[in-house]
Amino acid sequence: MGYGTAAAASPAPWAGPGPGLQRDGARPAGGGLGSPPAHVPSPAVEEEEKASERRRRKKKESKTRLVRSNLLLPEAEAEKSKRTVLASNRLKTTKYTALSFLPKNLFEQFHRLANVYFVFIALLNFVPAVNAFQPELALAPVLFILAVTAIKDLWEDYSRYRSDKEINHMECLVYSRNEKKYISRYWKEVKVGDFVQLRCNEIIPADILLLSSSDPDGLCHIETANLDGETNLKQRQVVRRFLELDSEFDPLKFTSVIECEKPNNDLSRFRGYIVHKSGKKDGLFKENLLLRGCTIRNTEEVAGIVIYAGHETKALLNNNGPRYKRSKLERQMNADVLWCVLILLIMCLFSAIGHGLWVWQYGEKKKPIFDVPGPDGKYLSPVLASVYLFLTVIIVFQVMIPISLYVSIEIVKICQVYFIHQDKDLYDEETDSQLQCRALNITEDLGQVQFIFSDKTGTLTENKMVFRRCTVSGIEYSHDDNAKRLAMYQEPDSEEDEAAPKGGTLSQRDSICSHQSIKVIHRSQSTKTHRRTGSRAEAKRASILSKHTAFSSPMEKDITPDPSLLEKVNECAKHLEVMRSHEQPLSHLSPELCDIFDFFIALTICNTVVVTAPNQPRQKVRDRFELKSPVKTIEDFIRRFTPSRLTSGSNSSSSSSLATSKSMHRFGLSVLSSTSTDSTLLKLEEKLAYSAQMNNNGYNSQQDRTAVGSGPEEGELRYEAESPDEAALVYAARAYNCSLVGRLSDQVSVELPHLGTLSFEVLHTLGFDSVRKRMSVVVRHPLTDEINVYTKGADSVVMDLLLPCSSDDPRGKHQKKIQSKTQNYLNLYAVDGLRTLCIAKRVLSKEEYACWLKSHLEAESCIENREELLFQSALRIEKNLHLLGATGIEDRLQDGVPETIANLRKAGLQVWVLTGDKQETAVNIAYACKLLDHDEEIITLNAESPETCAVLLEQCLQCVESKFSNNTIDEATGNMTVGFTPLYPPSSPVLSSLGLVIDGRTLAYALEPTLEDKFLALAKRCRSVLCCRSTPLQKSMVVKLVRDKLKAMTLAIGDGANDVSMIQVADVGVGISGQEGMQAVMASDFAVPRFRHLEKLLLVHGHWCYSRLANMVLYFFYKNAMFVALLFWYQFYCGFSGSSMVDQWYLIFFNLLFSSLPQLITGVLDKDVPAEVLIAVPQLYKSGQNMEEYQPHMFWMNMIDAMYQSLVCFFIPYFTYYDSEVDIFSWGTPITTIALFTIILHLAIETKTWTFLHWSSCIFSILLFFFVALVYNASCPVCHPPSNPYWTMERLMGDPMFYFTCIISPVVALLPRFLYRVLQGTLFPTQLQLGRQLSKLSPEIRTQLLTKLNVKETIRQTQPFADSFSPSLGSNAGDCCKAYNQSTPLPTSPQTSESLFQEHTKAEHTTDQTVAASPQGAVLYGENKLPSSASSLERSMGFHEVRHGTSEMESLPVGATFPWSSSVDQADFGLLRWITSTPLFSRIGTVLQVSSSSLQNETRDSMCVLGSSLHVDFKGLKEQSSNNLQDKMKGTPADHCKSDNSETTFL
Amino acid sequence: IDYTGTEPSSPCNKCLNVSWDSTPPCTCTINFTLEHSFESNVFMYYGLSNFYQNHRRYVKSRDDSQLNGDNSSLLNPSKECEPYRTNEDKPIAPCGAIANSMFNDTLELYRIDNDTRIPITLIKKGIAWWTDKNVKFRNPTGDGNNLTALFQGTTKPVNWPKPVYMLDSEPDNNGFINEDFIVWMRTAALPTFRKLYRLIERKNNLQPTLQAGKYSLDIAYNYPVHSFDGRKRMILSTISWMGGKNPFLGIAYITVGSICFFLGVVLLIIHHKYGNRNTSADIPN
Repeated sequence: MGYGTAAAASPAPWAGPGPGLQRDGARPAGGGLGSPPAHVPSPAVEEEEKASERRRRKKKESKTRLVRSNLLLPEAEAEKSKRTVLASNRLKTTKYTALSFLPKNLFEQFHRLANVYFVFIALLNFVPAVNAFQPELALAPVLFILAVTAIKDLWEDYSRYRSDKEINHMECLVYSRNEKKYISRYWKEVKVGDFVQLRCNEIIPADILLLSSSDPDGLCHIETANLDGETNLKQRQVVRRFLELDSEFDPLKFTSVIECEKPNNDLSRFRGYIVHKSGKKDGLFKENLLLRGCTIRNTEEVAGIVIYAGHETKALLNNNGPRYKRSKLERQMNADVLWCVLILLIMCLFSAIGHGLWVWQYGEKKKPIFDVPGPDGKYLSPVLASVYLFLTVIIVFQVMIPISLYVSIEIVKICQVYFIHQDKDLYDEETDSQLQCRALNITEDLGQVQFIFSDKTGTLTENKMVFRRCTVSGIEYSHDDNAKRLAMYQEPDSEEDEAAPKGGTLSQRDSICSHQSIKVIHRSQSTKTHRRTGSRAEAKRASILSKHTAFSSPMEKDITPDPSLLEKVNECAKHLEVMRSHEQPLSHLSPELCDIFDFFIALTICNTVVVTAPNQPRQKVRDRFELKSPVKTIEDFIRRFTPSRLTSGSNSSSSSSLATSKSMHRFGLSVLSSTSTDSTLLKLEEKLAYSAQMNNNGYNSQQDRTAVGSGPEEGELRYEAESPDEAALVYAARAYNCSLVGRLSDQVSVELPHLGTLSFEVLHTLGFDSVRKRMSVVVRHPLTDEINVYTKGADSVVMDLLLPCSSDDPRGKHQKKIQSKTQNYLNLYAVDGLRTLCIAKRVLSKEEYACWLKSHLEAESCIENREELLFQSALRIEKNLHLLGATGIEDRLQDGVPETIANLRKAGLQVWVLTGDKQETAVNIAYACKLLDHDEEIITLNAESPETCAVLLEQCLQCVESKFSNNTIDEATGNMTVGFTPLYPPSSPVLSSLGLVIDGRTLAYALEPTLEDKFLALAKRCRSVLCCRSTPLQKSMVVKLVRDKLKAMTLAIGDGANDVSMIQVADVGVGISGQEGMQAVMASDFAVPRFRHLEKLLLVHGHWCYSRLANMVLYFFYKNAMFVALLFWYQFYCGFSGSSMVDQWYLIFFNLLFSSLPQLITGVLDKDVPAEVLIAVPQLYKSGQNMEEYQPHMFWMNMIDAMYQSLVCFFIPYFTYYDSEVDIFSWGTPITTIALFTIILHLAIETKTWTFLHWSSCIFSILLFFFVALVYNASCPVCHPPSNPYWTMERLMGDPMFYFTCIISPVVALLPRFLYRVLQGTLFPTQLQLGRQLSKLSPEIRTQLLTKLNVKETIRQTQPFADSFSPSLGSNAGDCCKAYNQSTPLPTSPQTSESLFQEHTKAEHTTDQTVAASPQGAVLYGENKLPSSASSLERSMGFHEVRHGTSEMESLPVGATFPWSSSVDQADFGLLRWITSTPLFSRIGTVLQVSSSSLQNETRDSMCVLGSSLHVDFKGLKEQSSNNLQDKMKGTPADHCKSDNSETTFL
Repeated sequence: IDYTGTEPSSPCNKCLNVSWDSTPPCTCTINFTLEHSFESNVFMYYGLSNFYQNHRRYVKSRDDSQLNGDNSSLLNPSKECEPYRTNEDKPIAPCGAIANSMFNDTLELYRIDNDTRIPITLIKKGIAWWTDKNVKFRNPTGDGNNLTALFQGTTKPVNWPKPVYMLDSEPDNNGFINEDFIVWMRTAALPTFRKLYRLIERKNNLQPTLQAGKYSLDIAYNYPVHSFDGRKRMILSTISWMGGKNPFLGIAYITVGSICFFLGVVLLIIHHKYGNRNTSADIPN
């Protein structure tokens, strides 16, 4: 059912109704805006003309634009008149000019609040009453920051300027009035109204209205990859009237005026009309417009007039830069910045009050000698003094707000992005694309994602469609061979490229095979070669070979036909041929054959596939030149026979005449088509000779066949489609010898076996849209001359539109049967995960058609809400369909998708899949990619109405709730007693047992405000959610819901246009730069080539970015707080006067110069856990989700630590220099030095990886400080008042006290943090630290541990399963336990068994490690673990009786003797263990009874069984274990061998 | 030795409310006993407490270029010196609050040997930093060595009894390069500070610089500290290779060292007990 997604996903701005329809869209002349005066190049008229134009412009300014030829006006004047209004083609994306840079850039920068703050403070410093520093100096950091940002902007702007210049200086041919020919000009000189000529493969310089094309049909192909990434060709058409011109297009004669819309950014729309000299009007559509940035293909020369230039082109209007998103970390950081501000204010306030009191205590009279009065000799009042001081202190303490934080973060992020770009693992060789970061500022969000919303098609799957099976008129053709062939593709990836040179010839051979219907033998040979080559390498080569062919991997092209169907097709064709030769009516064909025939016709023509030959366009072009005159005659011919074509809107009432004219027209075109594809001059002339004959002959293809028959051998035809499944269908049809050989605007040629080429006249194409979920073509059938509607669409839609068939009529009955059968098959396909499409047809009578045509034309000609009317019109014709058949197309999963999903899930991410596909298909894909597990409980929500939906939700919720609460209790108790599982939050196993599947309609109900909370509550508890049949809007709504309500970080990933809204809504949008164009990539923040790259992007880079940035931000806060606190403490000793002991230079440059580099290096390079470990242990990702690296309390911890450290750094020098002759600055300098040491060593503690750069940056910083200090202190004896630190540093360096203080202070300051780190790392290591340790081990041990970890993971996964069973099992277990209650005080509740179970698993691990360590003693250990685990268990339970036994057991030395000398207690242990292990094997609950009874007698054996079963369980082999168990129950085997056995299995 | 004279018993009590310009200076004598003899060179300090020489505006209130002998600054001192910049329309040299508040007590030390007061030679040179004396502080340049002429056009700071060129009799210790002045101009970091006043050099190797015994200190009490509860002290101290006597650093090192040692032991134990768990066994948890 994938049609919905597939085609919806293909944005197809270029699709839409074929140009054939447009010709009727021309408005009747005379209407509308009044005919403009004819252009006579006389000045007077011109003047008047201009005046009127101006008038008109004034009137219509808001709506339309007028374009006329520049050639008509003298150049100077033209320039004058145009320049004022219309943009030139000069591209200027730079933000600044040389002059405006400074003011504009500053203005931009002051949008950032922090900058304003710092400038404010710097300016405050100029106020004499409050200034703290030399005002000039205080400006330095601000200016530095501004300068850095400005230089960055300047550099960016300069690179833009350069690229602009490059583009502006590209050359194109512009018609020159003076030289009367096209001359080469720069792009920037192109103006609106110029005539531009373009050659093949040139890039279009501006939005150009196509006026002439070298193509005889006035067609032109363009590739729009630059705009939307779609590599297929689109057709563009010359404006109607110019097509008819019999001479070559001469710009000088162009006198028409074009009126069109104002420039807008809608790529898929262009409306306007052209008014000719004669006063006639022609409509202009997007098919006439060549957009800037596209490339001309397959067309020798085109010419046109520039409509929009430069910045008004649609391409540029569409081009908006990357969005600004603010990351979660940044938001949190901003909150903490505010806290910093608060702390700052408190400190300032404190100082101010302190100063006020200090001043006040001296009273009015006895002013101390050191209190300096103001310049006027008066002393300040305490209040005023404190107010002034407040401001002063703000200046002094300004560093509290990290000025360089923002700049540093930007630098770090840029570097991070650079490193992500450099990652080789994220490069996809097949598409030659790598990861792109489009948003620079949310890299760390990648480390915090909680929900992933994924599109299915193209994201999880390859979006390479392979035709798998089909059903025609109720009979299924399974295409087994095809399936086999596909299966073979899966294997051979390892086989390498030895067949490389074959790539080129393969396609050749394929084409021969398929076209000549040379049987399956040949084909299978060619498939073999393919297989050997290896599909991926082959695909790559193919894509390189055919640069502009999107979907040409051999896998998609080769379809092995189903023999029975092939036979039928051939038979059918034979019949047809026979019938045609006997001129029999077609109806004699049996309905089934008829259906088959129609089915393939529909497959072939009901699409938008463009046919290209590989050696185009050269060949074609040559032909055209040679054929110039014949073509003209043909055109004449056409025109003669279709006089009403262009004006058919006016006389469409005469439908019959129209019909005839159309059929006439068809013949001409069919000839044309063969011309334009492949044939040679000779053939064409041959055909021309026939053309007269064709006029009176209904069957034209007989003759054509001979002519074209040899054509395809020249080269393979390539099909380029907008959506890959279209191409797949066409290739499939070709496999049945029903191949599409040519497509023109209003005609399709199909080559059939025995029949030759048939040309279908396409009357209308009703393009695909995601609302209708189908597309239709209206064609005239060449054989029957009937008007047929072929519809292809999603089955749900098409099935509803089928002709209701009466049950009494036998034919109707038959039809009904077919329908129901087909429906069955469709369901079957869906279950297999195939995308299904229904093909249907409708035969229209001429009257019906005429009637419909009328309304349709009306709809088309309507400018206002044309889209809606067209939609209505389409609905009218797509009804009463006759079902032909259905197809199943396979969309293969991308490489590594299941693994990626599994790993992402292990990392604690919830993966939701939002797809437009049918529910069954979606569910199956979900199973295939391990999104759903088979032992998962799946809740399916399908509701017809909001009410039922509400009820359903309520029920599910209750059901889940009950289970959930039940389990949480279990979990809680389990956790209480055991206190285990640091890696696994208790909630995860509960969540994992459920999967929710919801379909689009229900989703719509569930998203209503009343229900969304419930829906969310339900969805939250499910491990995976699958939304089927959802529209793009719904996708984004779901994302929004989760983002807003759950406050979770969301990531949306998709590849098509239908995912764009979702991508934009999510916190992190990831686009897959895949097959379906670039829309998703354009909208995304990151673009990856494949889904599996998401794993590394998130788990490794996301984690790194997050932890680096989090640590850096925290460190920043710490650093600044620590430094400011030093100053703050000093206030207590300087009368709160706001003086600082640190020289202002150090104060100001401390952050900027001395301490910034190491932290930047750490922020960029620190890897807390190496990549392999992060990938291997996805659980580590959870630290990011839970924001473990940067939590609010960590901010405060850092602050407190900063306070402590500053206290140390302040008071050690204080006491050292107390009551000494030290002066301020020779006291402050050691403090600065100490602070620097402390800060850098602090960073060293926090740094997890040490590289050469880390070392050197730290050492460099310290050396830099000393160097700067020495130079600065030696530079000038009188400068830098007030500190005037001349020779201070030099003197200090000679003072041993300085060194002593510098050594002890950092040690004392960092001792607590160091101690904390050490203790925490040793005693309570976090997972990340464990992961780090893991990486330090040798590779063998690591892999060993990792496998162990994974094994445990599987156990862990079985646990929730067991959990769900525990209530039911509880009673069971309880029963059996009761039986032994006399002998053993066993717990009977499921909760206990639960906790026991956990205990058990834990014990298992400890034991297993020992087992791994010494295989020999494995058995002994294996036994020994029982008592130890039991002892811990028993401790928690408080069973004294058991403890006795345990102590006894524990006293036994580990390897000494078997603890088998079985006491009753031991038997009880065995029993205990046995019961605890039962939840694991919940499936063998019945065995429990048996075993428990036998256990009583054979405790010894049961012990052994237990041991073995545990080990076996380790391998997850439940069945085997139960077998073992039963064996054991018989009491036969020796436990030694059994244990050995188990040991080997484990090892 | 505290000679502020806050206690009534103190001989300097009478001078407590002395003002800047009291002439003749109030004098007092304090007797004290040295328990130990000072073997090496003795440094004589004066100490002030509760004197906020580090007050922000105070610190700023000076003109370094004037002090460096810049002639233009001499006559037109920096604005930072306000309000001690000019007095009666004449520029103050040296300007600013620091200079204005210069410590101006005169201390003389006598050894009382059998009731005879033997004056002890106090050396007043070499108490300032060499760089200060020779680079930072310079007298204004001009023809001739007559300081009086060089300081023509300036006036003395408000609180000073004598102009700057009369601070000392010796020409190389007069004017701005007077070492007492230079020492004072180096503002102290903390409100309790001491400043080097004089040096007592060891005469010969036979006898200590200052023998144990009775001494008397003659003070010309000019400097008022009572208004802000300040204290004045005279300190005699020797200096080792790492500065004056301050036990703090030693205590700190011993304390920190022992703490580190203790922690080292604890961590060693912890490591032995839990460390091996970390290396392998604990990871899968």
